[in-house]
This record gives sequence, C-alpha cells and structure tokens, in this order.
Amino acid sequence: MRMDALSPLNNQADDYAQNYAEMLCRQVRDARANRSPLQINGGGSKAFYGRRVAGTPLDTTGYRGIVRYDPVELVVTVRAGTPLRELEAELKAHGQMLSCEPPSFGGSATVGGMVACGLSGPRRPWAGAVRDLVLGMRVIGGEGQLLRFGGEVMKNVAGFDVSRLMVGAQGVLGVLLEVSFKVLPRPQACACLRLEMPLDHALEQLTLWGREPLPLSAACHDGSALHIRLEGGEGSVAATVKRLGGERDNEHYWTALNNHDLPFFADPRPLWRLSLPAATPPLALDGEWLIDWAGMQRWLKSDAEPHVIRDAALRVGGHASCFAAGQGEPFTPLAPVLLQHQRRLKAQLDPARIFNPGRLYAEL
Amino acid sequence: MTFAFDERLDGVLSLVDRNALITEIKALVPELELLHQEEDLRPFECDGLAAYRNLPMLVVLPETVEQVQQLMKICHVRGVPVVTRGAGTGLSGGALPLTQGVLLVMSRFTRILAIDPAARVARVQPGVRNLAISEAAAPFGLYYAPDPSSQIACSIGGNVAENAGGVHCLKYGLTVHNVLCAEVVTAEGECMTLGSQALDAPGLDLLALFHGSEGMLGVITEITVKLLPRPEMAKVVMASFDDIAKAGRAVGDIIATGIVPGGLEMMDKLAIQAAENFIHAGYPVEAEAILLCELDGIAADVHTDCQRVRDVLKAAGATDIQLARDDAERARFWAGRKAAFPAVGRLSPDYYCMDGTIPRRELPSVLRSIAELAAEYRLRVANVFHAGDGNMHPLILFDASEGDQLQRAEALGARILELCVAAGGSITGEHGVGREKINQMCVQFNPAEITAFHAVKHAFDEYGLLNPGKNIPTLARCAEYGRMHIHHGALPFPELERF
Ligand SMILES: Cc1cc2nc3c(=O)[nH]c(=O)nc-3n(C[C@H](O)[C@H](O)[C@H](O)COP(=O)(O)OP(=O)(O)OC[C@H]3O[C@@H](n4cnc5c(N)ncnc54)[C@H](O)[C@@H]3O)c2cc1C
Repeated sequence: MRMDALSPLNNQADDYAQNYAEMLCRQVRDARANRSPLQINGGGSKAFYGRRVAGTPLDTTGYRGIVRYDPVELVVTVRAGTPLRELEAELKAHGQMLSCEPPSFGGSATVGGMVACGLSGPRRPWAGAVRDLVLGMRVIGGEGQLLRFGGEVMKNVAGFDVSRLMVGAQGVLGVLLEVSFKVLPRPQACACLRLEMPLDHALEQLTLWGREPLPLSAACHDGSALHIRLEGGEGSVAATVKRLGGERDNEHYWTALNNHDLPFFADPRPLWRLSLPAATPPLALDGEWLIDWAGMQRWLKSDAEPHVIRDAALRVGGHASCFAAGQGEPFTPLAPVLLQHQRRLKAQLDPARIFNPGRLYAEL
Repeated sequence: MTFAFDERLDGVLSLVDRNALITEIKALVPELELLHQEEDLRPFECDGLAAYRNLPMLVVLPETVEQVQQLMKICHVRGVPVVTRGAGTGLSGGALPLTQGVLLVMSRFTRILAIDPAARVARVQPGVRNLAISEAAAPFGLYYAPDPSSQIACSIGGNVAENAGGVHCLKYGLTVHNVLCAEVVTAEGECMTLGSQALDAPGLDLLALFHGSEGMLGVITEITVKLLPRPEMAKVVMASFDDIAKAGRAVGDIIATGIVPGGLEMMDKLAIQAAENFIHAGYPVEAEAILLCELDGIAADVHTDCQRVRDVLKAAGATDIQLARDDAERARFWAGRKAAFPAVGRLSPDYYCMDGTIPRRELPSVLRSIAELAAEYRLRVANVFHAGDGNMHPLILFDASEGDQLQRAEALGARILELCVAAGGSITGEHGVGREKINQMCVQFNPAEITAFHAVKHAFDEYGLLNPGKNIPTLARCAEYGRMHIHHGALPFPELERF
C-alpha cells in the first residue's frame, strides 16, 4: 500500500545502501541488547558542538546518496551520510538550494549531521531554519527498528511531527537515516552591500527595514559596518541597491561568516552564540561581537564567566550556547518542567539510553 | 458509526463519578464556569465535522491560566479525560467530546496581549481568532501570514494544535513556520514554555512537536506569532482549462520556472459552478478547471513574474487567462475560493471534506482515480485544492437522510485517502486526523511507528487523559481495521457501518 522499506532497489549503489542500513540497525539492536551507548558519527565537522559522548562509534557515512530528487516537486530525499557538499552541488545544478543555508564547517559535513545539529546560516531569519525545511525522515529507533515519519509532501499533519523533533536533537532520540527536504529555487538576482555605520544605528535601521517588504536575505554587523545581502527578482534587488547605497561587497563574505572563516573567529577567546529576540539593543558584555541575523544571532568572543553571558542572554529573553570546549555546559540549562518532559521523551524513545547519551544535556 | 469511543478499540477509560467531579470543581475553582445541563451541553456536541456528535459529560469555560491548571490537576488525580476545544471549526472531529470526559473550551481566552511592531511579533491568547491578529497588526503595516479559509472563526490555539495551513502557505509556510513561542499547561497542570522570543530555544524542539498535536500533549494557553510586513503588491492571475489534467500539469510548470507564488489554487468544474452561483466571483462556469495564481512581493518583481506566469499558462494550454484588474477584483477571485466549501454545501444537504496530500506530479492520475471511485460509490465529488503544495480537498456530496449515503460517503472518503497514501502522500495535509481518520492512520503508518507515537504521547500524558481516541489509533484498532480492510469492497454497504 505505502512506499516502504528503504529506497527503491534499482542499482548497485542502492543495494549497498540497503545492506549498510541493515548493518546499522543490527548495530543498534546489539547496543540495545548490551545497553552499551553509541556515538553517532557523520563527517565529524561539528564534533566540537555539544557535550562529549562516550560510546562505540556508529558510522553513518556509508549510507549515502540522493534517493529521489524531483526539482519540479521542490523535494529532495537524501541519505544521512551524504556529504552536504554533494547535495548542495546537485541542487545548484538544478537552480535550487537549501534555503536555510546550513554551515558546513570545513567540508566533511554530512546531511545527517547538519539535521541533527540543526544549525542554519545567514538567511535563517528570512527563509527559515533547518527544521522548517524538513518534510520527513526515516530513522532507526531505540529497538533498532526502521521508522518513517512525515513524508515527501509539503503538508502532512498525520501523527506527531517526530521528524521536526529530531532536528537539533543531536542524535539523542535516534539514528537519522534519510531526510526529505523542501528545496527552493535560487534567487534570480543577488547583491551584497557594505554600509559604514555604528552598531546601534544599524540595529535601529534593521528594525525599520524589517517593517518594509525589502528583499533582505542576510544582515550582519562586524563592529564598524553593516553587511547586507539582497536576494529576489532583478527589479527589486536593483531598486533596493539604489535606495540603500553603500559600497558593493563580495558575496563570499556570507560563506566565510557561515563557516566561521572570518578573521573574527580566529580570536583565541571562547566563542559564544547568543540567540536573542528581534530588536534587542546591544548587550553590555566584555569581548568582541559579530552581530548576525539582523541582531537575532550574536557571536561573542569573550573571557567572561559563562554564567554572566548566560544570564545576560536570559534577561532579554534569549539564550547562549558555547561553541568552545572547556567552558562547562555548552547549552543553557532547561527549566525544570521542560527538562522533566525532555527526559521522559528520551526515556520513551531511547529506553536503553544508547543514542548519543549526554551530548545535548547530561540527563538526555 | 465510526466515531463513538469504543473502549475495546480505543483503550479503557476510568469510571468517573460525575457528581463528585462537579462538586470538587465547584469547591476548588468556584469562579470557573461549568455547564452540565443537557441543553447547555448541546451546542458543544460537535466541531466542524457535524456528522460526528456526542454530548460531553460537562463543559468548562475557564478565563485564566490558573483555572486551566487547577482543572487539569483535578482531572489528573481523578483520571478524567479532557478534550480541549478552540473555536470548534475543526474538520476531523478533533474536538469531538467524550461522554466520560470534560470538554475544556478555550473560547474565553480572546485577548491580544501585545503587538510589538519593532520585533514584529504578537503575543496572544489561544482563543483569539486567526483574522483578529492580522486586523490588530494592520495599523503597523504587518500581518500574520497563515490564512486558513476559516480564518474569521478559527482560533489561533486550534491553528497550532492542527498546524493549520492556508492559501498562502506555499510561500509563507504553515502555522509551525510562523510561531515563535507557546505557553502550555501539561496534563499534570504545570506551566511550560515551548520555544522562545528568539528564533530558537535550547533543548529538544517541543514547539515543533506541539504543532499538529491535536490537544494530545497539553493545553496551549498563550502563543507568540511572527508578523510580516504586508507585501507591496499582490496580483492574481486566473487561468481556465478545458481539461483538469492540463491544469494539474500547469501547476508543475509554474513551479519549474523558479517562481514561488503566494498562492496557487485549483478548482474543478463542480466547485467553480458552486462558487460562482454563491459568490458571483466572475468565474468561467464552462471551464473544466481554473487555477488561481497569486504573485506578491515588491512591485517590480510582481510585474515580471505575472508576465512569466502568463506565458507558462498559455504554453500549458489555458483557454483563458485573466489578470485581476484591481484589488476589488482580486478580492472577488479569492472570495470564490475561500467560500468554496459553503458554496458546495449549497449543492447538497451534506458534504464531506477530505484533506489528502500527494506529490504534485500525481495530481492528474489521482484526480482520474477519484472520478472513478466517485462513480463506483454513486456520489458526486467537487475538487478544491491547494494545488501548489499538493493538498487536495475533494468534497463528497451526500444526503445523510437518504439510505446509506452517509456510509457510502465515509467509505469513499476512506478510499480517497488510501489513494493519496499509495501515491506517496498523506491522509491529512492540514485538517488533522482527529476522530475521523483514525483508521486511515493504520494505512499510513506501520505498528512500529504507531508505537513510537504512543511513546511520544506517554512522555506528556502518562495516563492517556488528553483527547483519548484521537489522532493515534491503538494497535488493537489497527488490527481490527486491517482485518476488515482485506475484505474491502466485498462487504455489502450495511457492513461498512462498522468502521
Ligand atoms: C469552512 C472551513 C474552512 C476551513 N479551511 C481551512 C483551511 O484552509 N486550512 C486549515 O488548516 N484548516 C481549515 N479548516 C479547519 C479548521 O478551521 C482548522 O483546523 C482550525 O485550525 C481549527 O481551529 P479551532 O479553533 O476551530 O479548533 P477546534 O476545532 O476547536 O479544535 C481543533 C483541535 O485542536 C485542539 N485544540 C484547540 N484549541 C486548543 C488549545 N488551546 N490547546 C490544545 N489543543 C487545542 C482540539 O482538541 C482539537 O483537537 C476549515 C474549517 C472550516 C469549517
């Protein structure tokens, strides 16, 4: 009745994938039987992110390849071990993209790792996050069973949205095997600008621009200038370039920002990510700032005490995570009632605690 | 009938001493309005799926979050099931009450708590009507994008619980894409914040999980939604076709150009005629199908896109292409579409609205199969859909007072949904599973997946008190449905009454 099992078995690569997936299932079942934790690995590009996991490595990189891609449907289904680069190249060849612009941190990134970490790039405030593009998933559950949630259609509200729950869960709820994404056409026109202005002025300006239908798709303040990316039709981009003025900027700026390749990131102090409500004024914390997402994602290089940074973010309704090892907990502690429910969810979906235990929080 | 709660198939509910419960609520939460006389309960016996009716044991109408918490605590201790209801416009029986349960009605939570034009967010109570948010944001040039056709009546709490969509969600996303934060009260009566005022929150994404959870995981008591600036310009192109399959292919052709329309809707002949008779939208009543394509954004882009879309439509074989001349005409074109359900409702004493989704490429073949099935079940079907995202709304026309028509309509509906699953789609795109599609869940998901859903449910609702019998079937129900299903078609119609 339904399209089932893994992917269509039409060639050798698919045969290989099928065997590989079965091997992964067996590995999970063994881990389950022995109650021995697994450390789920993709390309290792985000190994620095989250807490350390002690466990037997489970290597997803052998389960790779694009399962189905129909550009007219705006949907692609990919195996988790596929290099993100490979997926992006294939989409680009058809004039399409993952609009959330996930960072790759060096090139070894896999699709599974990208989804498990759930990090999005500069376009996020305008085009949505990784979770917003996920339509469905196949995962290996806590019993080593294959499960499918969501699907390859744009809209689907049957059952709970377990696939979106998996995004950003850092593998603590299951092994991601395949993911279906909504993809979008690449913009017809793109222009990048650099406008010299101080931070407070830039934040005010962005708040005003936010209330107009401008073709903004990235906005980052580097301490002395506001970098802007415009994407849309030829007409609107040209008109907005004329209106905003400033000097032309290189579009590689955004790739470098996204992958933490700007000189800012070379500063030896710990790197913090502050996720804050829109229109939050500059925060008084010591260190160097890079203000992305029109102010909603702020990178901070600082030696300040972790709790000082956390409290400053919490006070304005946001949260802070640490992208450097050795600073204690990487993520903001959860309210007790939230932690309790997340623990229960973990206990329900991974009763033997074999999936990346402790990667997100010690309790999960 | 399908809908009556069946303890054998839906799980055992504990026996509730109604009078003791009423006494306790009155003692502990004296200000809480409580209805228990039959005539007062009657208006709450069904939601928008009026064929399914059942009187609740009692109705409560809280006005504060504390009252909701106290009620949940009492029900938790006593093992009383709770069905939450928003505006009751749901089309899948999600808010269908239980004889043994309390109906928690959120319609008094109608305050817009804050509109923040600088941050472009609105903080609202769950009973606020969808359209009221856009109305309140309008003075700032902002609006709330998801626009279900029921937007004048449905509540934002119900929208979150169903992950509602609308004609503009192709471009602007579903409810889940437009909500930042939700306050909920848990089954145990505790308050919990999901998401945040920022674009993400630490830990697991429970906010996404609550979208479309149909009142099964908690009671939503406050919501922060994103607001968007009004597009500078919106244009609607209406194209007529002499063949519905051509219209279906034109949808893919438009998407393939790289344009993402604000909305892309399709109606078939029966729906066109019904809407035209009802609203006088200026639809071509001779056409086999029409496409409505809205292009919105910045004026310069909209003009170019309009031209490109016209070229595509012409190449796809449209017999007539009209660009709405002004905003009044554009509003009229949409009014016909938005009133399509009630318009079709005028053609027949009853109608039954389906909500399957399919990959767009399957549109022509699925439409053909629907026509064949309709003939087999001797019922008329009008088709209205969010063509851009493959969300079909076949409307089955029937007369419940005529013989076995209701049973035939239900059976035909079930077949249509199974057709969608077979085409690689889903049994529901936006209306939810509710009580209505509980059996079809067994077609879309296997027992391991159903078990995983129950595990998720258990993490929030250990005793299964929140909206039992909806959304996720028990394995016992799936086993029973599977047994009946094998004989499908071989059974005489009176037998169909059993599911
Ligand atoms: C003419 C018509 C057109 C429609 N068009 C569309 C459309 O275009 N798109 C679309 O998506 N839907 C549409 N619908 C369906 C319906 O309007 C939506 O599902 C809507 O989101 C339901 O909101 P409600 O407030 O009426 O919820 P209700 O019907 O009262 O409840 C729906 C579900 O949500 C739960 N619920 C409600 N409030 C809460 C809360 N505060 N906390 C927890 N759970 C809660 C209930 O338990 C139930 O399971 C249409 C309906 C009609 C009658």
